[in-house]
Amino acid sequence: MKQYFINTWEGLWTVLVGMKITFKHLFDPAVTIQYPDVKPTMPERARNRLFVNMDDCIGCDQCARACPVNCISIETLKSTPDDTPGETSQGKKKALWVTKFDIDIAKCCFCSLCVYPCPTECIEMTKVYEFSEFERNDLIYKFAVLTPEEITDKTQKYDEFQAAKEAEKLAAAKAKAEKAKQDAAKKADDNPDKKAE
Amino acid sequence: MYNFLIDIFGSPVIAFFVAAALPLFLFILPYALIAVLAERKVSAHMQDRLGPMRTGYHGIFQTVADILKLIQKEDITANSIDRTLFNFAPYLVFIGSFAAFAVLPFSSFFVGSSIDIGLFYFLAISSLVVAGILMGGWSSNNKYSLLGAMRSVSQIISYEIPTAIVVLTMVMLTSTLNLDTITNQQTAYFWNWNILGGAATGIAKFLLIPLMFAAFIIIFISTLAEVNRTPFDIPEAESELVSGFFTEYTGMKFAMFFLAEYANMLAVSFLITVLFFGGYHSPFGYLGNSLGIEWLVPIEQGVWFATKGLTFVLVQMWLRWTLPRLRVDQLMTVCWKYLIPYSVAILLLVGFITLI
Repeated sequence: MKQYFINTWEGLWTVLVGMKITFKHLFDPAVTIQYPDVKPTMPERARNRLFVNMDDCIGCDQCARACPVNCISIETLKSTPDDTPGETSQGKKKALWVTKFDIDIAKCCFCSLCVYPCPTECIEMTKVYEFSEFERNDLIYKFAVLTPEEITDKTQKYDEFQAAKEAEKLAAAKAKAEKAKQDAAKKADDNPDKKAE
Repeated sequence: MYNFLIDIFGSPVIAFFVAAALPLFLFILPYALIAVLAERKVSAHMQDRLGPMRTGYHGIFQTVADILKLIQKEDITANSIDRTLFNFAPYLVFIGSFAAFAVLPFSSFFVGSSIDIGLFYFLAISSLVVAGILMGGWSSNNKYSLLGAMRSVSQIISYEIPTAIVVLTMVMLTSTLNLDTITNQQTAYFWNWNILGGAATGIAKFLLIPLMFAAFIIIFISTLAEVNRTPFDIPEAESELVSGFFTEYTGMKFAMFFLAEYANMLAVSFLITVLFFGGYHSPFGYLGNSLGIEWLVPIEQGVWFATKGLTFVLVQMWLRWTLPRLRVDQLMTVCWKYLIPYSVAILLLVGFITLI
């Protein structure tokens, strides 16, 4: 019988306790962030969309090799001495034209492993997280700044340079061979007596 | 009110229909619009959320948008249902909850129907909801609907008993079944309200106060159970039974069930207001009387009645977002082992007090 009244009292009392808690929460500020209107602040080291600063990229291919899912593909072209890509912001000389720098962000797993090996710190994780697309192909980001014409131009230049170099080399080799021949002839000319003897 | 309408329209028939439709358009539909939104906002803020925010300022047009959506929805009826009963059930439920408003005195000018068996009629007609729920659940030919309907019926029938006993207590105290008379017995100031002993004088009043508080708590719990609200929402029990007896309903029929639920909440809140909190009477006297503007008094009374009723509706919402759902056995325990013995004890004690 005593238990009965205790139960009654506890039933009513605990309901009131619960009501007090919910009443307090009624006046607490809501924790909701009105998402499309108000964006949540991302943490300091948030890993989201990749960005490549092509001014600094030297085309070393280290990020592509570090990528565990092979979402970065890079193609490069050697530059000619009279037409170099210039320097990075840290004053490092660039030796390669980057003709293709594609990141398939659909494949990207946001591991940030490509960021660490970069010698010029040109590839980085940004805080942009809204980049959904309707077409899967739109998710392949092309960072290379060269136009196709420029690429063919550079290829041609490089080929010409290479050909010139080759020719030079050939000429040098020829000259060397000639010289050697001449030297040998000279030697022979210098000591004709010896030979006669 | 009725005579006034006859004067306006010149025909008793038109006046009859207008008087019948007035509570629907004046009270229930605007109330349902506001209450559904209030429920969502209250629940959201109790959980530190914001609730609907995008339709209008802080989402005030959300319910209107929802209704427009529900009107556009296809009315799906499955093949294996009992079509007649299935189609009739939502209307029966709504009729049950709406007809209860007929006897409520909204203000001294607008007393729906001042019949001498008002309380009895109220309890009887609001039990019609049970039939509608069972019809809807059974004819859906769906195990969840049937389970929900069965639970609902067992629950409502169980909880009718403490409600009826408390109402009987109040009848003994006021010695009338007419809701208008009960209201007028609690006139003047708030210490004449039944929860504070009513118009009784002397020692009887002080003896009655704790009993009336207990009776109020009992009738509040049992009517809460009758309208199938959390913590007594096992007939709906979203997590167990999809949505209980109206699982198969779509579009406007679903909206009818929804409207009936909210109308029911308001009806029982008004009943509690009439029985314990002085009906439409102001607790502090009227502005209209002190200023000498007579037509202001009935309007004030209507406002007081609506305020009191909506307060209880808000408490019902508050409870819904505070308490978890009861198990079936706990539900029956609360009713049969706690509410009924207490209400019988109160009945006997109040009877004894009114005797001496």
